[in-house]
Amino acid sequence: MKTIEQINEKISSGKAVVLTAEEIIDYVDKKGLEQAAKEVDVVTTATFGPMCSSGCFLNFGHSKPKMRITESWLDDVSAYAGIAAVDLFLGATQLRANDPANTDYPGDFRFGGGHVMEKLVAGEEVQLFALSYGTDEYPRKELRTTFTIDDLNQAMMVNPRNCYQNYNVAINASDKTIYTYLGQLKPNMKNCGYSSAGQLSPLLNDPFYRTIGVGTRIWLAGAQGHVYSEGTQHSPTCERGLLGVPSEGAGTLALTGDMKKMDPEFIRGVSLKGYGVSLSVGVGIPIPILDEKMLLQTTIRDRDIMAQVIDYSTDYPERNGKVLGNVSYEELKSGTINLNGQKVEAGGLSSYGKARKIAAILQEEIRSGKFLVTQPIAPLPVEQGMKPMKEARS
Amino acid sequence: MSGTTEKITRKLMLYFPECETEKPIVYHLVKDYDLIINIFRARVTPEEEGYLVLDVTGTEENIEKGTAFIKSLDIKIDTTRKGVTWDKERCAQCGSCVPHCPTNALAIPDRNTMEVVFNTEECIECLSCIKVCPFGAMKSLF
Repeated sequence: MKTIEQINEKISSGKAVVLTAEEIIDYVDKKGLEQAAKEVDVVTTATFGPMCSSGCFLNFGHSKPKMRITESWLDDVSAYAGIAAVDLFLGATQLRANDPANTDYPGDFRFGGGHVMEKLVAGEEVQLFALSYGTDEYPRKELRTTFTIDDLNQAMMVNPRNCYQNYNVAINASDKTIYTYLGQLKPNMKNCGYSSAGQLSPLLNDPFYRTIGVGTRIWLAGAQGHVYSEGTQHSPTCERGLLGVPSEGAGTLALTGDMKKMDPEFIRGVSLKGYGVSLSVGVGIPIPILDEKMLLQTTIRDRDIMAQVIDYSTDYPERNGKVLGNVSYEELKSGTINLNGQKVEAGGLSSYGKARKIAAILQEEIRSGKFLVTQPIAPLPVEQGMKPMKEARS
Repeated sequence: MSGTTEKITRKLMLYFPECETEKPIVYHLVKDYDLIINIFRARVTPEEEGYLVLDVTGTEENIEKGTAFIKSLDIKIDTTRKGVTWDKERCAQCGSCVPHCPTNALAIPDRNTMEVVFNTEECIECLSCIKVCPFGAMKSLF
């Protein structure tokens, strides 16, 4: 019905009709699918939550004399130097050196790669300590300096697995407290943890990756970034419910963007007691409304998005595939779910408030002509599963 | 006259710049001023400063007299500051704290916007939130 080019012409002339994935639900109810599909050009989706698979490539430029860095630490967090002389890779879940981790269980995990990334985006000073064995053209063997993101040539965020299309709800059926990446879980299933923006979440609004693919321009923490690949563990062959929306973890996206253009509100270091460190990332993705079918996908509501409840005390670590039940995002967001007759308090790690804010910012950027939508250069796979690790027989 | 006999509750944070804890303050508040005391948290730091966060319940007149007695011992009273603070800017509005807060001091009143609010009056300083907040938005003054 509409092409990407036509939609972009409307965006450029400031005439595009853009609604958030929350607003579109009532709008279609009121106007009807056919009429709404004619009127609406873009629906904005968003999410904000811990996305462990995140990191950044940093290029420092050369010191005098030059140095071929072989080991490095940024604010005492080890960064990978096996790329090139002055290119480093910092991972979000890398802990600061000498962190006691879980030796004093449950550990605090106060500072890691995600926190360094937050500091960089916020423009704060970070310390670099680097070592080398020295070569003829790179004689320097040791370096200690401080820098801010402005001193770097490039600071490229890369997130090989973001925007998980649905995710587990974690619960604890054992008789002692456990500490997970979905938060602290009380014994005897007294609470549960979840992480998705539900009806605002990008891949729940485009469940078969019709508009989101390799090359899609995205809003990554305030910068205009893009999808560079399917994400790791991308597994679209899964259980699906209404409108084909996955009811378990499914697709993922690999994202990249320029950290120098990011807003510190949407890049936050995370410390999860007893588990470790990570990074919370804010992502917004526009969905061009090409036809009625595409619009219909964006009308998915929290009450129709189901998630699997999994026991993180045994079933998850043992990988036995057992699911205790299914709950809707409407129930999760109400604060209490009913699991087989038992009332369980629900708390999110994903921020719906921030997701709403991102969807609104992106809406405004598109309305004002600053953000154009894209045609993917390659689609994401729609059929593939996920293999467990191949382990050697003992 | 009914106003003078009506009991009210006031939350106080006491700060002892140098340790004056030789004196049985709570004993005097109970015996001399007929106050009901509910201590939330107390700590003497290695610098020998002391903190005490408590609720006092009694008539307004007795609370005034009791707080005057405390002040006479060079102990500072703060009725606005709490031992637990919420950094609104640090809070990412995830809500992971809410199931862990026993008094609903941290709550999500509007489930459409899902925004977290902190009601200091309801806080009993159990510190559960500090352990579960992934963003370090909840802090303890001591």
